[in-house]
Amino acid sequence: MSLINIKINGKDIQVAAGTTVLQAAKKVGIEIPTLCHMNLHDLNIEHNPGGCRICVVEVAGRRNLAPACVTKVTEGMEVKTHTMRVLNARKTVLELILSDHPFECLTCAKNGTCDLQKLAQDLGVREIHYQGEQSSYKEDNSPSIIRDMDKCIMCRRCETMCNEVQTCGVLSGVNRGFDAVVAPAFEQDLIQSPCTFCGQCVAVCPTGALTERDYTNRVIRALADPTKTVIVQTAPAVRAALGEEFGLEPGTLVTGKMVAALRKIGFDKVYDTDFAADLTIMEEGTELLGRLTKFLNGDKDVKLPLLTSCCPAWVNFLEYQFPELKDIPSTAKSPQQMFGAVAKTYIAEKLGVAREDLIVVSIMPCLAKKYEAQRPEFAVNGNPDVDFALSTRELAHLIKQSIGDLKDLEEEDYDKLMGQSTGAAVIFGNTGGVIEAACRTAYEVHTGKTLEKVDFKQLRGLEGVRTASVDIDGLELKLGIAHGLGNARKLLEMVKNGEADFHAIEIMACPGGCIGGGGQPLHHGDSSILKARAAALYRADEEMKLRKSHENPEIISLYKEFLGQPMSEKAHHLLHTEYFDKKKVIYIEK
Amino acid sequence: MSRIQIKLKEQDYKAIREICHSFNNDPEELINVLHKTQGHFGYLPAEVQEAVAQELNVPVAKVYGVVTFYSFFTMSPKGQFPISICMGTACYVRGAEKVLEEVKKELKINVGETTPDGKFSLSCLRCVGACGLAPVVMIGDKTFGRVAPEDVKKILAEF
Repeated sequence: MSLINIKINGKDIQVAAGTTVLQAAKKVGIEIPTLCHMNLHDLNIEHNPGGCRICVVEVAGRRNLAPACVTKVTEGMEVKTHTMRVLNARKTVLELILSDHPFECLTCAKNGTCDLQKLAQDLGVREIHYQGEQSSYKEDNSPSIIRDMDKCIMCRRCETMCNEVQTCGVLSGVNRGFDAVVAPAFEQDLIQSPCTFCGQCVAVCPTGALTERDYTNRVIRALADPTKTVIVQTAPAVRAALGEEFGLEPGTLVTGKMVAALRKIGFDKVYDTDFAADLTIMEEGTELLGRLTKFLNGDKDVKLPLLTSCCPAWVNFLEYQFPELKDIPSTAKSPQQMFGAVAKTYIAEKLGVAREDLIVVSIMPCLAKKYEAQRPEFAVNGNPDVDFALSTRELAHLIKQSIGDLKDLEEEDYDKLMGQSTGAAVIFGNTGGVIEAACRTAYEVHTGKTLEKVDFKQLRGLEGVRTASVDIDGLELKLGIAHGLGNARKLLEMVKNGEADFHAIEIMACPGGCIGGGGQPLHHGDSSILKARAAALYRADEEMKLRKSHENPEIISLYKEFLGQPMSEKAHHLLHTEYFDKKKVIYIEK
Repeated sequence: MSRIQIKLKEQDYKAIREICHSFNNDPEELINVLHKTQGHFGYLPAEVQEAVAQELNVPVAKVYGVVTFYSFFTMSPKGQFPISICMGTACYVRGAEKVLEEVKKELKINVGETTPDGKFSLSCLRCVGACGLAPVVMIGDKTFGRVAPEDVKKILAEF
């Protein structure tokens, strides 16, 4: 690789050809401020429109200022990153952006975590010298995501996530000039579009333009209602990220403290979605072995590969984009919905509470879970199995407004009945985790032997599409893994065209899996945070005594007391679902 | 769960498919396809954009993005006599805006709209290359030069 000599603020450095001025400056310890730019290096996600002009620098011999994020170094280039001219230009650019931005910082959902707010503080903006027209758009309230485009600064990060990374094609820049905005087709609401509610647009939005639909107040109202019993479940990935909202290092596990906090807030029972993840493995694993056995016995009609069905955004993606494959995914409900279905029957009975008086809250790293909870097929006589799904961020707010902090709380354990879990469940939050958990159980159930080495390291990693084979005592299980819906599309195209011979495929919609979910604390473009969360979940798995789902004693007693066998009629009724064709069709009138 | 349906007449659907096929259903040809499609229908209503999106296998949001970006494309049907008022520099300084205001007042429509009877539609454009005649108004294939606001009523009455 050829090296290029440049000077930054008088300092000579050598950098590789193709380096941007922004990257070169970082090498000499200078952070040039950016706004529209985003680089999630470990996930190969880069958004470089060079549009906002916040990162401008002076380049000797160049008449105008150069945007550092898209300007490549050239031999002998002399760059100055913070001259008077540069600082004034950045401030002017920011003031112009702010002149068309509502001044609602104190009441905005992004207050304190907004990139635009931070930039205004960093650049010392104390006055807006420009006044002009303000953009005004109708607010879009979907069950998962709220779009308040008055706050959009047209960085178009969301558009990159939606089109290039997730390939959903919901969001596009529309109109021009002052009227330009990012919107679904015909500026309709998200609910009328093929939006999967993965929330990756929300995860990268630098302002309050895209936020989650907040159900915190509904939960507080339920907690305050003496006639209601309110129980809560917490998803695997939440425990590895919640601490960030309280200033803890990324990757800090706060499981016990989170349980203590939820109990202090007033939840009657604190349960674990990990329990339901173990239950998912029992059902999905049995289904996989069933299909596999039929296939090996020469049944040509059996549907393979089995696709995992835990991720609600991925299920939405399938229903909109690949409805012809809707018979392939496992019929097992997601852990959230399995938990809800069991809670409103088994737990309601155990606690002696009527279904209508039992409120099930879930804490999820995910925004699509909100939509999933509201699917009509997951309700009995209009009463949903899961009443409210809160994101990790909403839980942080709930803790802050109710008890302040969780750092100093004594660790506590989950409640009995649906609180025990195994290491196989906690890794559900990582890409590759569900399929690894399934392998651990499938091995033992299929062979009747004990699996000595439970770590299937070949299934781990951050490659977008991974393939691996696992030896189950002579039977070679061919597996595919994809995270990010664009990567999922690649695998699905192969399946559709009959080019794949996988037995099972795990798909998670968000880059990194649930640890990178749309409801997690904002990573602000730092992908090392996602890696730290993933490592934390594998650490949690290693620390567990039980690491295989079928060894979970509470799962064993749930089947014994209530469900019978995996895939039994009762299990089928409560724990399985079906998928729908939601692709837009053109109806031809004769 | 009900599926979203887009309704199209058979001959319209056929026309769209033919246009797309003539460009080998190449997504890169989106602008050309839309150009030709608008030529056929006179405008690009939502259901036509949906059909183009499906044929070219591009998101309909992207199609809508292109349609709303280029002022040539329109989602409302043009009138029998499309009115174009030149807002180029020469026409503008010689009072094109006052002429535009008068037309809007007279027809009770805004720029980009069509009169309810479908007779006139109104748009602005930049310089028709007849600056010597500024301000210039084109109606259908007729051109009117040195138009004053008080002429508007008389001109419209010709149609």
